[in-house]
Order: sequence, then structure tokens, then C-alpha cells
Amino acid sequence: MRGLAPIVIAVAALAAVPFVVHSNVVLNFLIVALLIALAGQGWNILGGYGGQYSFGHAAFFGTGAYATAILQVHYGVNAWLGFGAGIAAGAVVGAIIGALAFRAGLRSSYFALVTLAFAEVLRILASVAPITGAGVGLLIKLDLHPRAFQFQSRIAFYFVILALVAVALVIAHLIERSRFGTWLIAVRENEDAAMALGVNAFSVKLAAMVVSAAITAAAGCFYAQYFLFVDSGIAYGTWISIEALLTPIIGGVGTVLGPLVGALVAKALGEGAKYVAGDAPGLDLMIYGAMLVLVIAFAPRGLVGAFNDMRQRLFGPTVKARTPAKEAAHG
Amino acid sequence: MLSPLILVTAVLNGLMTGAVYALVALGLTLIYGVLHIINFAHGAMLSAALFAAFFAYQKFGIDPYLAVFLLAPLFFALGYALQRFVIGPSSHGDDRNMLLVTLGLAVFIENALLYAFRANTRTIDLPYGFKSIDLGFTFLAMPRVISFAAVFIVALVLWLIMTLTDTGKAIRAVAKEKLGAQLAGIDVAHIYAMTFGLGTACVAIAACLLIPTYYATPGAGNAFVLVAFTIVVLGGMGSVPGALIGGLVIGVVESLAGFFFGESLGQVGIFLIFIVVLLVRPRGLFGASA
Amino acid sequence: MAEPLLSVERVSHRFGGLLAVNAATLAAPGGRITGLIGPNGAGKTTLFAIISGFLAPSSGRISYAGEDVTGEPPHRLARRGMARTFQIVQPFAGLSVRHNILVGAHLRHRTRAAALDVADTVGRQIGLGDWLDRPAHTLTIAGRKRLELARALATEPKLLLLDEVLAGLNPSEIRDIVPVIRAISARGVAVVMIEHVMQAVMSLSERIFVLAEGRIIAEGSPAQVAADPAVIEAYFGHGAAAKIGAGDVH
Repeated sequence: MRGLAPIVIAVAALAAVPFVVHSNVVLNFLIVALLIALAGQGWNILGGYGGQYSFGHAAFFGTGAYATAILQVHYGVNAWLGFGAGIAAGAVVGAIIGALAFRAGLRSSYFALVTLAFAEVLRILASVAPITGAGVGLLIKLDLHPRAFQFQSRIAFYFVILALVAVALVIAHLIERSRFGTWLIAVRENEDAAMALGVNAFSVKLAAMVVSAAITAAAGCFYAQYFLFVDSGIAYGTWISIEALLTPIIGGVGTVLGPLVGALVAKALGEGAKYVAGDAPGLDLMIYGAMLVLVIAFAPRGLVGAFNDMRQRLFGPTVKARTPAKEAAHG
Repeated sequence: MLSPLILVTAVLNGLMTGAVYALVALGLTLIYGVLHIINFAHGAMLSAALFAAFFAYQKFGIDPYLAVFLLAPLFFALGYALQRFVIGPSSHGDDRNMLLVTLGLAVFIENALLYAFRANTRTIDLPYGFKSIDLGFTFLAMPRVISFAAVFIVALVLWLIMTLTDTGKAIRAVAKEKLGAQLAGIDVAHIYAMTFGLGTACVAIAACLLIPTYYATPGAGNAFVLVAFTIVVLGGMGSVPGALIGGLVIGVVESLAGFFFGESLGQVGIFLIFIVVLLVRPRGLFGASA
Repeated sequence: MAEPLLSVERVSHRFGGLLAVNAATLAAPGGRITGLIGPNGAGKTTLFAIISGFLAPSSGRISYAGEDVTGEPPHRLARRGMARTFQIVQPFAGLSVRHNILVGAHLRHRTRAAALDVADTVGRQIGLGDWLDRPAHTLTIAGRKRLELARALATEPKLLLLDEVLAGLNPSEIRDIVPVIRAISARGVAVVMIEHVMQAVMSLSERIFVLAEGRIIAEGSPAQVAADPAVIEAYFGHGAAAKIGAGDVH
């Protein structure tokens, strides 16, 4: 299955769900799962394709959430404009952190540490700054109208997040097939060799970081609109940094559908565990931690990665030659 | 006007806190120096050890300073097992994977503690916990003075292990040149596990020293460990004197910053130091090139 | 004589207190093969790292196609037309051979279609036609050397720096790859090669520079360099030239 087909099928299948299953519980579950999938797809661009593992993606999620919340609550800005501004703010924070970290040549553990530190700094600042509501947090006023990016029906929220996820999937797909994507993957595999082949590793990593931050910030903005409440632990907490990296790893780093598959599987397992063992705090994250270790141990390329490996063994590699037969088929 | 006495007290308190930071950082830098990975599970292990120390006193009446002799070997074994049977095999030798596996362990352990024990803070009340030493111009809490001394004893013991025992020499060999050590017949997987065990034992000792004046919650270890990261980076990854000196320095900085700017901003200050060091001189003051 | 394509003028590099490269000067004309030889530890790879932009020189000047490129980073030099291979091969291990070469091809070709065509062509020219679909890590060492060449060639360079491309190859593999290098030169690409395999570098190069202890101690045609007493001393030790001259060799 080449091209956009897998994306179309996945999105169509998810779009059909509200018409088949009439349950608020399921819908709420899927909305949260898709929100995490969106945040995870952001991480995937930088971590999966670029090989730069950030442990502080909360910095972008939280910036998106707070930016849109602050603009609405303190300045009366329209929610949709706030959404855009939130994405832009996330991108700017990504550019700053990326420029600093990559200019300093930080890789691997050091990069993970510095991103973690930035996220923590933001969290602490947000927990004391008046503009973010300090310890109390920010409440967005309830206004169930589309113009305020709030909807009476959960289904509307569902389609919004599904649309956002679809856009993120297409972005990942386009990147994968572009020159930028090839360069990004080369930097991941071997930065020095890539540079010797003309790849400006700094620019490529920075661009990936900005795109990654923007996508995760969008997830933060949506969170703010759906839950209408943001505080420093929610916005910049380690929970989202972990879920944003966990879902692509489980689903498959460096694949288009990885974060989506990973989010659905992880959330499903988390909910399943809570159903079986009771809704005590910590249970779902416990499962996520165990899953992270197990996936790295037994299926480091994730579920989609393992599927791709199997497919490659049967049908040949993903980067194929352009033979006359294929040219005719693609047109 | 600020009395210099108050400042001196703040500095002394900072030194005592710093000593425990140094011990935690010591474990972290030891693991980094040999395995070349940042052990993200360090904080969760500290939380687990704090709970262990808490329950040792609460349920079994074991004084924390005696519990050291029970928990240090226990956590050494735990650390050994984790590295030998979980982290090592799962990582398939890839640095990035090891990073993720220790992160996964951290999340698992911390949330297992949360699930089992909830988030309420657990503290113990030692009968002599309120005793203090009268220096004339100020009072110093007894438990904290004991921890200060204890850290240096532990550091000395570690130094003796490293220089005098075969295992210690093997550890230093592997840290310097893994391939050479392997060729010389050293079982690297075993040495890695021993090192991890030692690092975890440090954490267990730190927990016992902390529990009289601190508390046990699932997240307690993390707060400490982020500071320990800063120390390790500042003092130099893999440098033992760096961890000790860095710990004391950071302890004092935190105490003074917290004094002048309030606790939260004091924490931010530490992280900013951390970020600046990472960006400007990742190998720290005493470390080898990154 | 036409201006050389690559001109390295009195380049030095200091590592702490050690002068790894000491006022090295060499020139490589376009379209020819130039050799750089010298005993182990002479500083050849350091010099290459400086020329290819991975290390900045402490002093000196590097000119390429008449322009001063001293201190420019590797990717900028690649865009100018300077490509290099690495002594320890660095394939993109997780990617297919074709995908590896594709990275190089993308330097001059924006669209994937065009770059794929170039990758295929170069891959076949270098003799990896049957391996294009295989993962790079399944290649033998000889295959990986060819992949290094292919990737560098896909960037359509005018100057190719080869860092011990023959190292680790057995005699028959060397015999197979030498014509490939000749063919590259025949197509007008200037080649500068660091080599230890004497026979190959002597037969391929038109001009040779000899580096010992960071300095260029000799330059000239292969025959001239082979007979140079300073070169013999550098390889065989002090007094060797005199001994050989006196016939005192066992």
C-alpha cells in the first residue's frame, strides 16, 4: 500500500466510529487518544524521523495550551485566533530551544536532558506566574458555540481532533517523501556522513524541531478547548512529555501511522487495566512505563515498524526503483 | 539588615543538604562514567528507597541510620538485577535505547509507588530528630549533621573500593576502555551491573540519611534527582570529585537563592545553571570531553 | 600551468600542545589523481578533516576553484563540489543501498524522482546494481567501500577526497576497485587519495605528496618520491636511506 492509502483508510475508519458506536465513553476515550496521537506525531517528526529524542515536549504542548488560554481569558481574543497563536507560540519556543541545543551540538543524552530542563523551567515559572493563574490555573469561560471553538456535541470535538490528526499524518507523509525528509533521516542515521553529502544538519534539525513543536502545540491548544482548564502540571507536566514519546515508540518511530497506532494501543491498555484493577492513580502510567521497556526490548521498531519489516521481507524495500512498469502504474 | 549569622546558617544548611545531593549525584556520575548513560531511573529509585526507609522505621522500628546497613545491600542487589536482567538486555547496546529503557523504568517505578502508596507524604518522627547542635551563633539539626559526616564516609568507602578491590579496578578499566577490558577477560555485563548496583546503593544510603528530615512520596526522588543531574553536569560526567564539590556548591547556591528569591525561583535558578552549563560547557568543570 | 582546483597553503593544526599538522602545503589539479602518503600518525587524516571542513585549521588557507574556503563547514564544501569518503566507513546502516545513494543525489536534485534516477545510475556504475534494494548493513566491507564512493559521486563532485578507500580490502578486491577510481578520474573528477597500499597509490597517482610528522617532506611524481631519501627515512627510519644507498640491505 503506497501513498496516501493507509492514511485515508485509517482516517475513514475512525470517522465512521461515531455513526456505528453511540457511546460517550468511547467517544471521550477516542478524543483523548487522538489528542495524544497528535502530540506524539509532533514528537515523531523530531524523534522518529530526526533521531533527536526530546524528553521535554511538554514545553510545546503547554505553550500551546497556555497561549490560547491566556489570549482568551485575559485579552478576549477569539478562540480560533488563539488556536493559531498557540501553534505559532509553540513553534517559536521550539525554534529557541532547538537553536540553542543544536548550536551547542547537543546530541543523545545531553539533548534529552536539556529538553527536560527547559520543560521543567517552564513548569515552575507557570506555577508561580500570575498570568498563568499560578497554582490555581486558568479556566476558559464556557461558551458552547463554534465561534468560541467549543461545541455542544462531543462528536464535533471528535471530528475536529480527527481532522487535526489527519493533517499531521499527511504532513508526516509529505516529509517522508521529500528531500527534507531524506536529509532528516540521513542526519538521524549518521550526522557526519550526512554533512559530507551536503546536508546542513543544523538547519534540518532546527526545521524538524519547529514543525514538531507546532504539531504538539496544536494538541495543547485542543486540550485547552476541550477541557477548558489549564494549570502548570497539566500543561508542562512530565505526563505529556512521556506520552508524546511513548506513543510513537510503541506504534513505530519514524513511521507515519506509528503515533496513531501507539496512542490507540497505549490508551486502550491503560483503560483496560483501570477497568480490571480499579481506577487508582498511577496505574495507567505504570503500564506505559512497562510498555516502553517491553517495546524497546522486544520490538524496538514498534508495531508499525515490525509490520513494515515483515512487509519488506515479503514485498521488497520501501524506497523502490522507478521501473517502467511502476511508472505506468503511478501515472 | 541581613545578619551575617543568618547567611552563615543558610550556607551551613546548604552544605548539609548539598552533601546529600552529592551522594545522589555520586551514584549518577558513577553510572555515567562506566556505562556512559544517564540513568533516568535514579530518581524513582530514590523514591523507592525513601519508602523503604520509611517502612523500615514505621513497621519494623528500625532506626534509619541502622537501616542503611540493610537497605544499601538490598538496593545494591536490586540495581544489579535491573541492569543485568532488564536494562542491559533490553537496550541491545544502543545508547538511545538505554535512555528510553531507564525512562520507562522510572515511570514504572514511580507510578507503582503511587498506585501502591498514594501521594500523601509520609514522614517519620525520630525521638532525637529535633536535637540540634549548638554552635554558639546558630543551631544545626542533628540528623543533618550526621548525614553530612556520613556522606564523606561513604565517599571514602567508595574510593577504597575503587582503588583496592579487584572489582573496583575492573570498574575503572571498563570505564576507561571497554574493549580493552573485554579483551583482558573482564565480564563487562557483570561490571556494568556492579556499577549500577553501587550507584543504586548510594541512593539507598541517601534515602536513609534523608528520611529523618525529609518525606517519602512517589515524586520525592525526582525533585532531588533533577538537582543531581545539574550537579553531575556541572561537576563533570563521570567525575567523583566533581560530584562531591558540585553537590556542596549547588546545595549552598540553592540555599542562598531560596533565601533571597523564594523556593520556586531558587529551583528555576538551578535549572538555568543546568541549561547554561549544558549549552556552554557540557563536560562540566572536571569532566572528560562529552 | 592552470590554477589547481584545490590549494592547501601552509595549513597547521594544533591539538592542545601538539602540532598535528605543520604548515602543510599541497595542490591538486582538476581532473587528475593526487596521492597523499606518509607513515602512520603523520597527520594525513587530520589534514583531510581540515580540508573537508570537519576541523578548522589553526592557521593557513584552503582554496577551492580559486575561492578561499578556509573554515567552511562540510555541507557548504559539498555544495561547492568537494566530496569525501571516510576511513571508517559510515553507511546509513538502517537504509537500503539505493536510499543511501539517494541522500547524495538529493544535493543536486530536488525531486525524489530525479534523485532516484541518479542514485540508480550511480549505483550501477559503481557495480552495486544487484544490491540496490538490500539494507546497507548487509554489504561486505568491499561493498561498503563502493557505497561510500557511490554516495559521494552522487553529489556530482569536481573533487573527491578518498580516505584510505582501499584499507581492509584483499588484493583481488583492490584489483577490482582500482579501475573504478580510474574511471572516476577519466570522467574529469579530481581525486586526492590518502593511501597506504603503496602499489595502488603509486600506479594511480600522477603526483604524490608525502606527509611525515605533520609536515610535507616531499612531492613529485611517484618515481621521484620513491627515490627520495627523505621519504625512505620517514618510512624506514633514520639512516635507512644511506644504508640502502650503500647497498647495505639484507
